[in-house]
Amino acid sequence: MAKDIKIALVGNPNTGKSTLFNLLTGLNQKIGNFPGITVDKKTGYCKLSDSKQAEIIDLPGTYSLYPKSKDESIVFQVLADSKNSSHPDLVILVVDATNLRRNLLLYTQVADLGLPIILVLNMTDMAKKEGIDIDVDKLSERLGIQVVAISARNNSGLSELKEAIRNTTVIATQTEGADMHVLAPEAIDFVKSHIKTDNNYLALQLLHQHLPLNIFSSADHEIFEQIKKDHHFESSKLQAAETISRYRYLGTVLSGVVEDTGAARKFIFSDKLDAVLTHRVWGFTIFIAILFFIFNSIFSWSSYPMELIEYSFVWLTEFGHQHLPAGMLTDLLLDGVVAGLGGVVIFIPQIAILFAFISILEDTGYMSRVTFMMDKIMRKFGLSGKSVVPMIGSLACAVPSIMSARNIESWKDRIITIMVAPLVSCSARLPVYTLLISLVVPEKMIWGFINLQGLTLMGMYLISIFAAVIVAFIMKFLIKAKEKSYFIMELPVYRMPRWSNVLYTMYEKSKTFVFEAGKVIIAISIILWVLATFGPSDKFEAIDKKYAAIEAQKDSTQISTLERDRSAEKLENSYAGILGHVIEPAIKPLGFDWKIGIALITSFAAREAFVGTMATIYSVDNDGEVATIRNKMRGARNPDTGLPVFTFATAFSLMLFYAFAMQCMSTVAVVYRETKSWKWPVIQLVYMTAMAYVASLIAYQLLK
Amino acid sequence: MKLSQLNPGEQGTIVAFTDLEMSVKLMEMGCLPGETVEIERFAPLGDPIAIRVAGYQLCLRKNEASIIIIQ
Repeated sequence: MAKDIKIALVGNPNTGKSTLFNLLTGLNQKIGNFPGITVDKKTGYCKLSDSKQAEIIDLPGTYSLYPKSKDESIVFQVLADSKNSSHPDLVILVVDATNLRRNLLLYTQVADLGLPIILVLNMTDMAKKEGIDIDVDKLSERLGIQVVAISARNNSGLSELKEAIRNTTVIATQTEGADMHVLAPEAIDFVKSHIKTDNNYLALQLLHQHLPLNIFSSADHEIFEQIKKDHHFESSKLQAAETISRYRYLGTVLSGVVEDTGAARKFIFSDKLDAVLTHRVWGFTIFIAILFFIFNSIFSWSSYPMELIEYSFVWLTEFGHQHLPAGMLTDLLLDGVVAGLGGVVIFIPQIAILFAFISILEDTGYMSRVTFMMDKIMRKFGLSGKSVVPMIGSLACAVPSIMSARNIESWKDRIITIMVAPLVSCSARLPVYTLLISLVVPEKMIWGFINLQGLTLMGMYLISIFAAVIVAFIMKFLIKAKEKSYFIMELPVYRMPRWSNVLYTMYEKSKTFVFEAGKVIIAISIILWVLATFGPSDKFEAIDKKYAAIEAQKDSTQISTLERDRSAEKLENSYAGILGHVIEPAIKPLGFDWKIGIALITSFAAREAFVGTMATIYSVDNDGEVATIRNKMRGARNPDTGLPVFTFATAFSLMLFYAFAMQCMSTVAVVYRETKSWKWPVIQLVYMTAMAYVASLIAYQLLK
Repeated sequence: MKLSQLNPGEQGTIVAFTDLEMSVKLMEMGCLPGETVEIERFAPLGDPIAIRVAGYQLCLRKNEASIIIIQ
C-alpha cells in the first residue's frame, strides 16, 4: 500500500471543522498530544480509495497564524516546521461560506507558507439561505487551487472533497497573494539567506515568532534577534500592515465572486433569540434554569442504567464466587479487580450525560453567550468571561478544563482560573456525593417534580462554585498581572446542535475516562486489597489462635458470626487498618473513622477511588455476604456505640471534604505542566487541603 | 468619537485605533479602517458589548471598544 498522505485541517473557530473531521474519519480517530506540549492532537484515518488512505490531523481553530493563546500557537509550529512529526503534505483549509472574507485571512497566510492546499467552503447551504451567492469556479481560478463547496452538517459535498484530495498534487499551485516582501525587505532577505529558503512569508513569520520553534539553535535565535534589531523590525506595526494588505488583496479576489443579496435578514432569528437569552433578567434566569435542568437530569436519567451496572457487578461477583475455585487469586480478582472496575464503569452514564449537555451548549452557540453575560461578574472576581468555559468544564473534569484555560489570553486570568478550577465539583466527586446522598437524604419529591436528592446534589455544586469564586477573589489581590487582559470574541449565530457530534463527544469522553481513570483505580484497588488482606504475621496468627480457641468451646450455630468477627478483626489489624488507625486521631474531629481514613488515603491519588475503596473494604469485611455497597455502608455500625457510622453529620462533613480537597494526582500533574513550575500545584494542594479540613471540621461539629 | 460612546442600534465607520497592539487583534477579526460597525447590544450588566462588523457578531469589552475611533 502506498504511504498515507498526511492532511491537516486548518480553519477559524466555529467553521464546522470538527464536524468535517468526524465525518471524514468516523470513529477511526484518536487523541494524543503534540510532542512536548499538552495540546490535544486529534488524528484519524480516512479511506480515499482501495489503495489510498489519508491521515488527518485536526489543528486547533485560529483566526490567524499569529497566536493569541497557547493553543493557537501549535498551528504555526506544525505548518512552518517541515521536520515536525505532524507537518502535513496537504492542508485542507475550512472556511465558513457565510463570512468568507474574514475566514480567508487565515487562508492567505497559510497559502503563503507554500504548502499544497485545498479550500473547503463549509456551510454553503446556509450561505445560500442567507442570500450569499459564491462563484466557486471563479474563486478557484483566482486562487489557483481546488475549491470544494460542502455542507458538513448535511453530509453533502464529501465525495467531491475526497475526489479533490485524490487529485491533489505534491506541489503547491496557489497564485501569489499580497506582497509580503515589501513589508521588511532587507530583514526578510537576511533570514532567507540564513536559513536557505526562498519563501518570503516564512522568513517574515520567523522574525515575528522564531522562539516557539525548536528547530533552531540558540545561536539561530540570536541571529534572528540581531536581524530584527538592525532593521528596526517592529512586530505590531508590521502585523497591522500585513493584515491591511491581506484584506485589500482579498477585496480584489472576492469582487465578482461573492454576491450578497440578503445581508439584512440573515441575523433576524439569532438576534431575536439573543434579545431573550442575554436579557438582563431572563438571561440569568434561563442560565440558572438550564444548569438546574442539567443536574436534575444527571441524577434522574442515570439512576436506572447505574442500578443496572451496580447489580450486574454484584451478580458477576456472586457468580464468580460460586463457580471459581476458592482461594487467594479468586478473592483478588473478584474483591480487588472486579470491585474496582465496577466503581469505574458506574460513572459512565453520568459522565456521558454531562458531556452531552456541555457539547450541546457549545454547539448551539449558547456557551459564548454565557461567556458574554458573565464577563463583568467574572472580572470582579479576578477571572474573565472566558473562565466560564473551563469552570463549567470542571464540572466534568478539571484536567481537560485546566488545559482549555489556554484560550484565556491574559496570564493572570489564566493562572487564577487554573488555581480555582479544581474546586468546582468534577464528575469524580459525583459518585462520592451520589453514594453519600443516597445514604442520608431520603428519596422524596418536592412539588411532584423536584428530586430532593437532586436538590442536595445541586447544593453541593453551588457550594463548590461559590468557594471557587471566593478563592479567585482573594487571589486577585495576591497575584500580580503581567499584561493587560482583553476579551475579543466571535459570537456565532445560533444553530441546532449536531447530534452526531454530541454522540462522538459522549463516546470519546466516556472512553477516555474509563481508560485513564480506570488504570489508576484498578491499580489502587489491587494495592488496597493486598493491604486489607495482609497484615503483620504475628498479629494475624494471634487472631487465628484466639478464634480457634473460642471455636473449640462453642457449638456450630455460632461459628458463622464468629467468622465475621474474625475477618473484621483481621481487617483492623491489616496494613490498611493500621494506616487508617494512624490517621484516625487527625480525622476523628471531622467525624471519620479509620475505614473512611483508608478511603481518604487512597483518594489522594484519585477521588473516584473512594467508592471502590469502600466496596473493597466492605467486601473484605462482610466476607461471603454479597450486597450492594450502599446497603453495606448503611448497615455499618460503630463498634463502640452501635450507632450507624454514616450519620447525616458524617456524610455531610465527608462530602465537604471531597468538595474542597485536592485529591487528584492528574490535576497536580497537569497544573505543573501548564504552569511549568511546582510553585502553583504546591500552593493549590496546600490551600485546598487546609480548606477541606477546616470546612469539614466546622460542619461536623455543628451538625453532630 | 469612540466606539464605546455609541448606544445599541447606532453605527459608525472605523477611522483609526489609539492602541497599536490591540488594533492588530481587532483587525484580524475584521475591524478594519473603513468598515461599518453597529452596536448590537450590551451584555446584561452593561459590559462587554456586542457589535456587528464585517458580516458577523463580535463581542468586546468597553475599554477595548474605546480604542476604536469612529465617524
